[in-house]
Amino acid sequence: MSTTTPDYTVRTNYTDNLEEMRAAHKVLLEVPFTASEPQRGYNMRSLHIDLTTLTVTEKKVTQEMVDTFVGGRGFGLWYLWNATTPTTKWNDPENEIVISPGPIAGITQYPGTGKSLVVSISPLTDIPIDCNVGGYYGPLLKFCGFDALELQGKADREVVILVDGPRGVIRIEEAPLEPADSHICSEIFTHMYAEGPTDLKNVSVVSAGKGSDHSLIGCLNFSFYDAKRKAARLKQAGRGGVGTVFRDKKLKALVVRGPVIKADLNHVADRARIQKVGSVINKEIHDLDAEQCNMKRQGTAHLVEVMDAYDLLPVNNFQYGNHPDTKNIASWVWDKRFTQGIPDGCWYGCTMSCSKGADGHVVKTGPYKGDIVTVDGPEYENAAGLAANCGIFDPDWLLEVNFYCDTYGVDTISYGTLCAFAMECWQRGILNAERTGGLDLSWGNAESQMEILHQIARGGGFGLIAGQGVRKMKQIFAERGWGDMQLMTDIGMEVKGLEYSQYQSKESLAQQGGYALTNKGPQHDEAWLIFMDMVNKHLPTFEAKAEALHYFPLFRTWFGLHGLCKLPWNDIEPANNAEQAEPAKVPEHVYNYCEIASGVTGLEVTKEKIIEQSEKVYNFQRVFNLRRGYGRREHDWPPYRSVGPVTPEEYESRAERYDKQMLEEIGVDPAGKPVEEKIAITRKYREDRYRKLCDAVYKRRGWTTDGVPTMETITKLGIAFPEVVELVQKNGG
Amino acid sequence: MDPNPGAPAAAAEADRSTRLVVNGDPLDWHEGMTVRDVLKAKNYIFKLLIITVNGTLIPRGAYDEAPVPAGADVKVVHLISGG
Repeated sequence: MSTTTPDYTVRTNYTDNLEEMRAAHKVLLEVPFTASEPQRGYNMRSLHIDLTTLTVTEKKVTQEMVDTFVGGRGFGLWYLWNATTPTTKWNDPENEIVISPGPIAGITQYPGTGKSLVVSISPLTDIPIDCNVGGYYGPLLKFCGFDALELQGKADREVVILVDGPRGVIRIEEAPLEPADSHICSEIFTHMYAEGPTDLKNVSVVSAGKGSDHSLIGCLNFSFYDAKRKAARLKQAGRGGVGTVFRDKKLKALVVRGPVIKADLNHVADRARIQKVGSVINKEIHDLDAEQCNMKRQGTAHLVEVMDAYDLLPVNNFQYGNHPDTKNIASWVWDKRFTQGIPDGCWYGCTMSCSKGADGHVVKTGPYKGDIVTVDGPEYENAAGLAANCGIFDPDWLLEVNFYCDTYGVDTISYGTLCAFAMECWQRGILNAERTGGLDLSWGNAESQMEILHQIARGGGFGLIAGQGVRKMKQIFAERGWGDMQLMTDIGMEVKGLEYSQYQSKESLAQQGGYALTNKGPQHDEAWLIFMDMVNKHLPTFEAKAEALHYFPLFRTWFGLHGLCKLPWNDIEPANNAEQAEPAKVPEHVYNYCEIASGVTGLEVTKEKIIEQSEKVYNFQRVFNLRRGYGRREHDWPPYRSVGPVTPEEYESRAERYDKQMLEEIGVDPAGKPVEEKIAITRKYREDRYRKLCDAVYKRRGWTTDGVPTMETITKLGIAFPEVVELVQKNGG
Repeated sequence: MDPNPGAPAAAAEADRSTRLVVNGDPLDWHEGMTVRDVLKAKNYIFKLLIITVNGTLIPRGAYDEAPVPAGADVKVVHLISGG
């Protein structure tokens, strides 16, 4: 890898044929609308677009919707609930993609306030998925006058949907020529719809690439125009295959053109209140970030060597927790490789500025070989999943696969985990060259990892199988008689059909629940409890773990209701945080969130109100899962790889820890026992503890022993709508 | 009859003079040990830490010098970080 910083403005130009592409557009529908600016965070209207009938409808956002669902993920779930039936499949026309930014989204006085939430029925899980994504689309949509966008139906040709606030027009255009891949089409559409160079920053594009056409792990790229780099940068709504749904609707892109961003487009209730806490945290970031997480220089990649040091970095499909070559993909590598000293916020006013970019990457493979591109990232999840978890410790290859995942519209987390699974299947003889079409999937084979990705984009080869995700790979391999289903169930890192994100949970029972007891599947954005549980030993009882698995998922759900990023909550810490009663909650920042929510909406928000707002939506989502035939205890069961050692090699790698646990906690002397017997004893003990954890968590959440919200819970939360009541009662709640 | 009824207490006393406890786990102690030495011994490289030694909060800037006496109860609380 080069040690010199490339010129961050030099990259391959893709806009030469822009006029030719524009000329090929055909306007299919044009609808005028009256743009408006939100008052106290809300426009009180949303936009529904049916791609089958080519109709555009404005909907009123009711006060009841605001009171119950707040916005963002809450609005998304409510609209999706109303748009679909219990049997709607991901590729049925009635499935929706809902994008909603939330009431706080778009303020500029506090870091991390420009998020959009994306909700849809997931092709991977068959239940609602929710993604929290940066970029400008959601805030600009709101500043055009809409609190949410519902996309329903299917177009009969490739279309782009433009919402142009300054011109007051919504247009659906056939867009036949633009490449689907996001690094190109984001650039093209940004320039196509901006009215001159100064307007580029007021345009945002949502797209997914060719990888979304042929896989179930498609992601959406939300752009933001980086004025320094002169480039459309990308942030991902990654999880659950929302890009796949997008492309199935024949959407090439969504484009929003908004007004020039000013300090108070939300027309908040009390701007001074927001500014006060904003100035405090901005000073914290300025003064303390470099000595804390160093987010401004390294983004979340600062965690790579930390996770390795604590035996938490997934290596070789989560078999191990560290590797001697982690140094090759550690934060100091990215500190040099990222362009430093230019703003990297994915929304205005974000002083955390952690959307790092590696400029000047010369593409080594595939259709863009030889092009010079900016790679957005890698973030921690990409380094851990695409690299360490596949036994690959080469930063150049990591940039390559990161770039292609993004532009192809492929979720880096799912792709990393499914590649790791396939590589372990190779290790254990489930896969071989005949079955992979000649690909060698040995650990560390970066070329093969890249080739699978290109196959996904081309729609052929082993990539077509891999792109279905871990759950379907297991089924296919078993049906073809290639491997034992029990082994593949143990090592296939998915719950509910969604691939695990990139943390080792084996030695933290609380995190096993933090992953498997999630509503959407094992994504760490609900709860990350490993340090609290495994290192600090602050959660010694099932009840203590259950309390954490009540509080943190609800607290973190709240970010998604309001259009907020989680990172400024706890990746920067006040200087006096150690002196607070519950420092893990970062009480000063919780106070800040109460202040900005109150300051935006005028509704007094307390720390108790935060939990109350989230609890309504969280439980509603659980009932949504019930409606679709899931959402019970059996669906919260994790693969054993996330709970304990599956294989003798894994046991031996941590034999001291496991033997000690057997002797001291299980009460069995491991001396002289064969490793297979020790694995069985450990497994029985750990799975029993996981069951007890479920009991405690369900009780704390107000659910039955089968994981169903009780009538008392849904009544208390004010979500006892007739169909919710019917579902809860039908499932014993 | 226990041939040496004072042995457990003596062993515990000896243990306290040669060891300390970090987050509930024993760690060998040495003369002049500092908080920084404890972090190195445990490979605690994470930055967002709250450390107490026998209940006394140690400021972040004082890890290099703050002494850790034999038998000390050290709590190294790791906060949460990441995506």
